[in-house]
Amino acid sequence: MKLKEVFKTTTLAAATAAMTTLATPAFAEILIGSTLAITGRASFLGDPEAKTLAMLVDEVNAAGGVNGEPIKLIQYDDGGDPNKARTFATRLVEDDEVVAVIGGTTSGATMAMIPIFEENEIPFISLAGAVAIIDPVKKWVFKTPHTDRMACEKIFTDMQANGISKIGMISGTGGFGKSMRGQCLDVAGNYQIEVVADETYGPSDSDMTPQLTNIKNAEGIQAVVNPGFGQGPAIVTRNYRQLGIDLPLYQSHGVASKSFIELAGDAAEGVRLPAAALLVASDLADDDPQKPVVTGYIKAYEAATGEPVSTFGGHAYDAFKMLVAAMETAGSSDPEAVRDALENTRGFVGTGGVVNMSAEDHLGLDLSAFKMLEIRDGNWTIVE
Amino acid sequence: MTAYLPPRVRALIILTILIALAPMLFPSSFYYRVGTLIFINSIAVIGLVILIGYAGQISLGHAGFSGIGAYACALGPVHLGLHPFASLILGAVVSALLAWFVGRPILRLKGHYLAVATLGLGMLISMVLTNETQLTGGPDGMAVEGLGLAKAVRETLGFKVKTSVVWYWFGGGMLLIGAWLALNLYNSPTGRVLRSLHDSEIAAKTVGADVARYKLVAFVISAAYASVAGSLLALFNRFITPDIASFLHSVELVTMTVLGGAGSVLGGIAGATLLTALPQVLTMFHEYEHVMLGLIMMLVMIFMRDGLLPTLRKLMLRRAIP
Amino acid sequence: MSELLQFVFSGLTVGAVYALVALGFTIIYNASEVVNFSQGEFVMLGGMLTVFIFEAGLPLWGAAFLAIFITALVGVLLNKLAIEPARGASVVNLIIITIGASIFLRGLAQIIFDKQLHRYPSFSGDDPLHIAGATLLPQSIWVMFGAAFVFAGLYAFFTRTLTGKAILATANNRLAARLVGINTNFIMALSFGLSAAVGATAGVLVTPITLTSYDIGVMLALKGFAAAMLGGMGNPFGALVGGLFIGLIEATTAGYLTSEYKDAAAFIVILLTLFVMPQGLFGAKSMERV
Repeated sequence: MKLKEVFKTTTLAAATAAMTTLATPAFAEILIGSTLAITGRASFLGDPEAKTLAMLVDEVNAAGGVNGEPIKLIQYDDGGDPNKARTFATRLVEDDEVVAVIGGTTSGATMAMIPIFEENEIPFISLAGAVAIIDPVKKWVFKTPHTDRMACEKIFTDMQANGISKIGMISGTGGFGKSMRGQCLDVAGNYQIEVVADETYGPSDSDMTPQLTNIKNAEGIQAVVNPGFGQGPAIVTRNYRQLGIDLPLYQSHGVASKSFIELAGDAAEGVRLPAAALLVASDLADDDPQKPVVTGYIKAYEAATGEPVSTFGGHAYDAFKMLVAAMETAGSSDPEAVRDALENTRGFVGTGGVVNMSAEDHLGLDLSAFKMLEIRDGNWTIVE
Repeated sequence: MTAYLPPRVRALIILTILIALAPMLFPSSFYYRVGTLIFINSIAVIGLVILIGYAGQISLGHAGFSGIGAYACALGPVHLGLHPFASLILGAVVSALLAWFVGRPILRLKGHYLAVATLGLGMLISMVLTNETQLTGGPDGMAVEGLGLAKAVRETLGFKVKTSVVWYWFGGGMLLIGAWLALNLYNSPTGRVLRSLHDSEIAAKTVGADVARYKLVAFVISAAYASVAGSLLALFNRFITPDIASFLHSVELVTMTVLGGAGSVLGGIAGATLLTALPQVLTMFHEYEHVMLGLIMMLVMIFMRDGLLPTLRKLMLRRAIP
Repeated sequence: MSELLQFVFSGLTVGAVYALVALGFTIIYNASEVVNFSQGEFVMLGGMLTVFIFEAGLPLWGAAFLAIFITALVGVLLNKLAIEPARGASVVNLIIITIGASIFLRGLAQIIFDKQLHRYPSFSGDDPLHIAGATLLPQSIWVMFGAAFVFAGLYAFFTRTLTGKAILATANNRLAARLVGINTNFIMALSFGLSAAVGATAGVLVTPITLTSYDIGVMLALKGFAAAMLGGMGNPFGALVGGLFIGLIEATTAGYLTSEYKDAAAFIVILLTLFVMPQGLFGAKSMERV
């Protein structure tokens, strides 16, 4: 027992020693931490986020770093597990001693980590969706993706414009789906929309025809919303067409990647969803301020990874660029100064929209950041 | 010198020394967190040592009891106005009662059938925690009121300490209590009957033991251990999600138990230590993390069949007596 | 009425997948009394390998066969490298070994393939058949017939062929089997290969419906294991019935009661069944050796 314990602790100590020597070379470096769901159920989101961060760090360092100092990224994989995320957050703050953290792919992981950053006063930019992350505002916590509440509002605005008032919902029971379902039910009344059928499915379910049959048979139903990400929405979309339901189908920003169209195939035709400009880069007007940003990111990402771009990687892009900009404005990487600069971000053009932070708003996006898209001929089209 | 001490006292002394001395090797305060997580996992694993190692019964659903303990601490203070520590006790009582209630029919099952029944039980608890969003906050989890240990230390002793440091000593103390209870059980008449169950249920029955009752006792005790561990994790993290009750967490707990050596309390703690610390070490392998973890699990089970600790002990004994 | 039919179609499709996974469990269990928790990863490999071989340019059927063959090899290797060296270890040890194997295979898959979701075209198109007001995808028919075919094949194999009987004999008493001249090592390798092939077949058939990614195995193994236990471990007929039964319970619960608790309904039925029939629906009453 004793031997084993000692062996274990020395290994740990040796491992850390090795890492700290790597982490603190003779010249100054800016240490940025990240913990993402690179594996696990949310790896669909976490994987492009991680790849984006790695790519951007190389890019910045190749251009001479920030304020003359190179950036070093310390990246952990929390698998979307909040307990692991909290452990890695502690490690980043107390052991790696980073000056800022980007991460938290899922809302659960983000919420579990927030007290660590608040307590240790380290700026933290979350890549998760839930509105609870920034509402109420927390001094050290920011986020880049549009909230699920905004997605609901965008969808309902579009429905209202099309005279839809009775809808069905089919939501995933994962964190994303549950949270967005709650927000949608919450704001539906504001748009005179009544939810007449409310069904759910599990994150690894493979057939949703029973739930959709019930929705199809609901009295007076005019459209269906499907909050969720991963395989669920693709299967829902296919089942929707299989059952021959010809009401408008709205997906969430959780499916905003090209692979959704590939996975859902012909069934995806006519599906509407709110999403960032990133998906329709080539359709943007030439004088759109987002155009150069998104086309630049798409080009770089696809060249670096050989994979099609998704809005999830875009969230990481925005977070990193905003952080670098804040460091440049502050002229240092001191956490307090960087936080203040982040809060003063104005007119930052990212893949998600134009960001205007303030002491009361640590997201800085409004509904105009969302575009309502429709899938036509296997491609995204702007419909407003 | 230690040769005159009974084995359980020796085990407790070893454990105390290890807990007390380990911080001397900690390069940063982060390691107090890992240490605390090891202690908390160890408490759940000790319960499984009693169930698997002593009584020879399997469970793939014990994370469910951890979930009950965790959410008792999350909900107790909010809805019942209970002190977090009273909520911990409440969680353990609820878990024990549930185990007692479902234990009789479930424990009639054997081997893999028992495995699938306990798995089902764990899944049911996990599903309730995930779906009852109004109460539990759903998959995104909910905040938990802490014990305020660091604050208490600051106010009574007058110096500022990190939460994780206080928790290290608190968790270590809880683990020692848990280990002490389990070691006493091992040598008690009940413990002896339980161990005879492990070897042969039929033999135990023929000599007149009420087999069903003793199995139930082991199941109820192990459920309480798992529940306390879940409560502690919730209080330590001050945030909880239904992941704690998931099937994967159940499997993790059983793996810790068996990997370290299910037969003894110290073996279980060794397993918990290995599997809690390993992911922190494996981060240096980046994408090969999971490949390495799977490989290590297979290798330990193939080459150290009795588990890590018993095998190492045997090796050391062999060397000591040439 | 057309609703009920729709729910039944859904339940049978999903249930057939569970049944195929459960059959995979049954084969290995029958040869070795090992419950192989990496069974779900065989399904994943079947689907993922087909995706990547198909994208590399082979015709779909060729990709499918190659994927099944490679997965079978993985099964044989798993037996050779991880199960055979652990011969004589306790049941719990073997469970941990197979769980380790499952984590290992999943880790390998995320490196060799990727972490995205994938799919390839359905074998006979996506136009649903309309039957009495309900709809059924041609691919669902493929899945159901696949399960029926695999079941029939296995049933005949275990009851009609000498090799099949040798597998059962090996499970019953390894020493006695060896004494009557059965090459037990070969039997073990065969059963792992066969089980992996069955799992991969399931993966090949369902990927157009359910999509696939490196981590779909966990949930499938869980449901397949539950199905096998419900039916009675070791009985192919039990595995088939158990799988279909769970699929039907899930679909009808989702349709008539609550979609949030459909998985719960399946587990409640399993628990209640086991309380009444501790050996599952069709499990053999086993005598415990003293």
